[in-house]
Amino acid sequence: MTGPKPRQPKPMHLAAHFPGVNNTTVWADPRSGSQIDFGSFEHLARTAERGLFDFFFLAEGLRLREHKGRIHDLDVVGRPESLTVLNALAAVTDRLGLAATVNATFNEPYELARRLATLDHLSGGRAAWNVVTSSDAFTGENFRRGGYLDRAERYTRAAEFVATARELWDSWAPDGTPRPFAHHGRHFDIAGEFTLPRSPQGHPVVIQAGDSDEGREFAASSADVIFTRHGTLDAGRAFYADVKRRLARYGRSPGDLKIMPGVTVVLGDTATEARERAEEIRWQQVSPQTALLTLEQIWGVDLSGYDPDGPLPDVDPVADPQLSQGRTRQGDSVATAEKWRALAQERGLSIRQTVIEAGARQSFVGTPEQVAAELTEFVGRDAADGFILVPHLTPGGLDEFVDRVVPLLQERGAFRTAYEGTTLRSHLGLSDPVWKA
Amino acid sequence: MTSPHGRRRLHLATALDRRSVYDADAYVSAARLAERGALDFVTLDDSLARPGPDALAVLSRLAPATRRVGLVPTVTTTHTEPFHVQAAVATLDWVSRGRAGWRIEVSTTEGEARLFGRRHAAPADALWQEAGEVADVAARLWDSWEDDAEIRDAATGRFVDRDKLHHVDFTGAAFSVKGPSIVPRPPQGHPVRVVDATGRAARAVAARYADVALVRTALPARAAAARAELRAAAEAYGRDPDELRVLAALDVDLGDGEYAAEPGHGGGGPRATPHGPLYRGGPVDLAELIVSWHRDGTVDGFHLTPVEPRRDLERLVNGTVSLLQHRGLFRTFYPGSTLRDHLGLTRPASQYTVAQGAS
Ligand SMILES: Cc1cc2nc3c(=O)[nH]c(=O)nc-3n(C[C@H](O)[C@H](O)[C@H](O)COP(=O)(O)O)c2cc1C
Repeated sequence: MTGPKPRQPKPMHLAAHFPGVNNTTVWADPRSGSQIDFGSFEHLARTAERGLFDFFFLAEGLRLREHKGRIHDLDVVGRPESLTVLNALAAVTDRLGLAATVNATFNEPYELARRLATLDHLSGGRAAWNVVTSSDAFTGENFRRGGYLDRAERYTRAAEFVATARELWDSWAPDGTPRPFAHHGRHFDIAGEFTLPRSPQGHPVVIQAGDSDEGREFAASSADVIFTRHGTLDAGRAFYADVKRRLARYGRSPGDLKIMPGVTVVLGDTATEARERAEEIRWQQVSPQTALLTLEQIWGVDLSGYDPDGPLPDVDPVADPQLSQGRTRQGDSVATAEKWRALAQERGLSIRQTVIEAGARQSFVGTPEQVAAELTEFVGRDAADGFILVPHLTPGGLDEFVDRVVPLLQERGAFRTAYEGTTLRSHLGLSDPVWKA
Repeated sequence: MTSPHGRRRLHLATALDRRSVYDADAYVSAARLAERGALDFVTLDDSLARPGPDALAVLSRLAPATRRVGLVPTVTTTHTEPFHVQAAVATLDWVSRGRAGWRIEVSTTEGEARLFGRRHAAPADALWQEAGEVADVAARLWDSWEDDAEIRDAATGRFVDRDKLHHVDFTGAAFSVKGPSIVPRPPQGHPVRVVDATGRAARAVAARYADVALVRTALPARAAAARAELRAAAEAYGRDPDELRVLAALDVDLGDGEYAAEPGHGGGGPRATPHGPLYRGGPVDLAELIVSWHRDGTVDGFHLTPVEPRRDLERLVNGTVSLLQHRGLFRTFYPGSTLRDHLGLTRPASQYTVAQGAS
């Protein structure tokens, strides 16, 4: 890749995650607004578009989380249905991509393909679907079919779901007349006529979020974008290399799949100020109650008798998947518990301090110049093709990044200075899908 | 409100249905026109199999492009997940700040069933029975967050008061739902439910769950009888019959001049066709018809489907509606901001709040 001239930087892609339902959001901050009023969505989307972002992203959860048999009450909870919000946002934005997370297990291809194609039509080619599979029988209790698939089978269904949706999106003839379709597969046996012509993007953009081997393989075969959690330079480079290597197996080239980790950004006028703000945010995110609950989720036992400002419990962790339901589990909790205990012992940390230290996700902390340089380095060194920013605050959490970092990225030639096309595919530099008519 | 001679408000609504239009512009201009006429609401039909975009999506797209008019998509209950349907309708209420409705329908054809491949077509009675269950569980899910469930209590670290969130634990004949909803209680409490009560199979669901019932008939006597029957049935279900509006649903063709209705069909009155009751004539005649049916207490208002979408909606708003406004028989502005306000319907309390208050 080395040439005689300094090469043009790889274009960076930026997206915004609605802060919504998670423990990143600092809801107790007096500047924190509604997570449900449309005005919050409108402000964030308009800000993202002002910053020339590729897309705006909404997560999904189909059952309220529970802990020890009771509804989890410490984080932001309650969200609108994604596709409905994004259709409304299509009215107040012109270019911004609109990405909905929708579970492939508790939906049917005909109906969802139609809703996604509708969003693509009504937004002039800006729709994206983040295909997730995480939900289990706990979530299934809200649905006609209940929880009926194990994890591997959920990915099989997701892959067939995406393939079927693409058959539907391709089913009209190029002259604009509907043609009958029929799909007879393992999970779906359907036939009829689709009700919409091919949408402006041909196929809405497909995003994948999930980290297992099955998840990576599914992404390599079927996705246009991966939303990942690998936010450190080394982990990012390893993930990037692994996933891009898998593409060849499906006759795809590295540019066909964009890798975008979810990251947080904290800015300050000086590096010290930024670090202090970041620390303050961590303390807000991890209240004493949240600290204990986080520990319980890992330990798998009731720790309500413990003092969040005291030392870690000396009881042994157990793996209890029933204790905390409705959240995406990551890694082996017994091993995590051992690691946390070692960290706390070594540095003499309390429960709350340990959760704050050990639970921090990768974030970019510094002056706008430092953050712009780091983001550019990540992309330049193939740790990512871009980023999905997860702000701490609704609805003002993107303002500062757009006002202060985007111009610096533009000065460096690392980010666009205008939208070149009108569709999300064009922002992402993805080619139009071949019409398998 | 009950007296047929009292000053009941007149309610007017229109359909935005048009064939095979896939982009937003035509829907936006039609909805804005309806809003200029201060109509209560606009509807968009859907059947999953009809050519065109998803109706709920189109009306969500219209929400920020309009300010007051109610938005009522058809959402069928036969092949959908009740949990998704209630969340989407509640979200339409959030994005429109209290202007959402839901026209409940069923999917009776084998063609629709084959699009899903999960079950065969079933008789209308069974499907409406299930639609009633979907309406029931939707209301419970809308209520599953009490209005003041979000507390943001920094002192105790709690964002919500979990005692104000409720599992609905619903078990019906065809499905079960645990709850609570993922969407907080929508601005109207319950978005407005609309049911076409013309067919016998749908009538019980209309009487029990609808805020607005539609009756498609060319005969005022039949409309009046249907209204009386629906109100009585609603009362038998323990509802206040004044919380139910009954609208006559007519197709309208305003392409010809005044007095153009064919002879033998009662002058400017509607006549029966294989597609339902059709009014043909001019905007002034239509105003006369609306006034007379409403004055006699036949119905609470009208839901009108333009036969030629652009032309007829323009004549309806600029002709019929402005005449009614001029004569002081229809509002010239929206006094409230929600669809319930327009319809004069109260905002329901959460059934869980009520249950606790009673215990
Ligand atoms: C960055 C990221 C974001 C995710 N967001 C969601 C989400 O919004 N809703 C959801 O149901 N699952 C979400 N998931 C879960 C994944 O879809 C996936 O099902 C889960 O990680 C289990 O699959 P895996 O074992 O392949 O990781 C997310 C996962 C990742 C890595």
